[in-house]
Amino acid sequence: MPEIFPSDSVGLVEPRTLHFPDPLKLACGRELPAYDLVVETYGTLNQDASNAVLICHALSGHHHAAGYHSEEDQKPGWWDNCIGPGKPIDTNKFFVVCLNNLGGCHGSTGPSSINPETGRPYGPDFPVITVRDWTNVQARLADRLGIDQWAAVAGGSLGGMQALDWAITYPDRLRHALVIAATPKLTAQNIAFNEVARRAITSDPDFHGGRYQEHGTAPQRGLMLARMVGHITYLSDVSMGEKFGRELRDHAYKYGFDVEFQVESYLRYQGEKFSENFDANTYLLMTRALDYFNPAREYGNDLSQAMAQAKCRFLVMSFSSDWRFAPEHSQKLVNAMVDARRDVSYSEIDSPWGHDAFLLPNERYIRLFRAYMNRIAGEFTDAR
Amino acid sequence: MRADLKFIEPWIAPGSRVLDLGCGDGTLLEYLQREKQVTGYGLEINPEYIEECVRRGVNVIEQDLDEDRLSSFRDQTFDTVVMTQALQAVRRPDRALEEMLRLGREGIVTFPNFGYWRLRLFQLWRGRMPMSSTLPHTWYNTPNIHLCTVRDFEALCYEHRIRIRDRTVVDNAHRSRWYSRLWPNMLGQIAIYRVTR
Repeated sequence: MPEIFPSDSVGLVEPRTLHFPDPLKLACGRELPAYDLVVETYGTLNQDASNAVLICHALSGHHHAAGYHSEEDQKPGWWDNCIGPGKPIDTNKFFVVCLNNLGGCHGSTGPSSINPETGRPYGPDFPVITVRDWTNVQARLADRLGIDQWAAVAGGSLGGMQALDWAITYPDRLRHALVIAATPKLTAQNIAFNEVARRAITSDPDFHGGRYQEHGTAPQRGLMLARMVGHITYLSDVSMGEKFGRELRDHAYKYGFDVEFQVESYLRYQGEKFSENFDANTYLLMTRALDYFNPAREYGNDLSQAMAQAKCRFLVMSFSSDWRFAPEHSQKLVNAMVDARRDVSYSEIDSPWGHDAFLLPNERYIRLFRAYMNRIAGEFTDAR
Repeated sequence: MRADLKFIEPWIAPGSRVLDLGCGDGTLLEYLQREKQVTGYGLEINPEYIEECVRRGVNVIEQDLDEDRLSSFRDQTFDTVVMTQALQAVRRPDRALEEMLRLGREGIVTFPNFGYWRLRLFQLWRGRMPMSSTLPHTWYNTPNIHLCTVRDFEALCYEHRIRIRDRTVVDNAHRSRWYSRLWPNMLGQIAIYRVTR
């Protein structure tokens, strides 16, 4: 391996595609006849397969969580701050698995894949996917990889919700769940933001009822708007103030409606970049999965009852300036876990970076994360 | 072993559920988990302590004892609620005590006895706020904002209809002396109480 990557990086990694030929029953009542999953793994699975960690991605994430795809890569995977040799999820100790979820647009079967029944892209015909569907798919992936029980399932935001759902749905198949910057259910305000994002996409003239691929186009303006709105909710007032303040792009008012302030320029850039690389139907699908998530619903809306299903231990972390899934959401979750007599540790990490904080380096966050993961590693190294 | 553990341990039934308010680095809970198979949680706000608890495998929940959030736990969730050397540092010790006995069947409280003769003498002679090895802070930076004596505490329990099941007073090294048992408010440095409704 070339020496150009940092020593605490997993280095060059390669995704692979796994085909699953068996039909999958979905929460919406429909069935997918077969599907592909794109997966990356880091580290080595030990002999009794006790060191496997599943990483679940958030709204716009994918299988590329750590390392680089080529030597020319400018940026490593999305959770490279936390995955690698000597990092909290230490690839010298753990076998790390990350996949692009079903419905995604980074290679796993999703709305932009070809529907075998019609020979055309699924588009709007792709079934609506829930977090539970993902959990079920990930369980099949675990079967395929020969992993009976994960040492841990970890994720931030929507990824944290998958970790939570794992604990409730497959209590015997994981020993720890790390639920970071997540929530046991979205509030009306959260859903409202998602709805604005979806309307931005569906009202774009290029949307064509979701069949934009067949029209050789894409609702990029809508997707860009959706991302701009979303992006605002990932940051905080303080962090935006610190980063941009009221800074002007050209030092003087131009008395017009084009980009005047730096923050506008930044949002447009982020939105544009995103709209070129992400599928609009996937965005619709992912935001719906967020909206629907509410594991308490199956237990008479009693979150404690839902948590009573779990057997694993939990680490829950929130970030002080996160207003998308504010610390109160995590506290409610923790209270339900205490009520259900689950083993849980909880910390609210001080950070100015809003919801995005779970992706960013922060000494306290990294230290606590590492302490918990080391504890997990101690369990299987002791047993050997 | 932490010196106060030997007084607290006999009061905790094997396999019981324990909440430790201001659990520090988790020593007490780790010990009770190992020796008494208890389950439970520590509450703590200090990041280094939280990390240490996690390292030891002690359940720790970040929470400020001064906030009302304790109230979000359900009534009688625990068998025993412990608060060692923290009562004098909370904003409302009376409410903290009430909260302990709402959350648990029994409470165990330890605090520095401000009635200890040396502290009385310190103030009498020097005319300044007492300091000692148990209370090393100066008046302006001390976390101990509600110091009390053995008699103060017992008066509070009486007013709140809280029953004192056991009481021990010890010296700084957590030794129980015959003379301090005789005159606890004057001769005890640290008071250890077991209370219930």
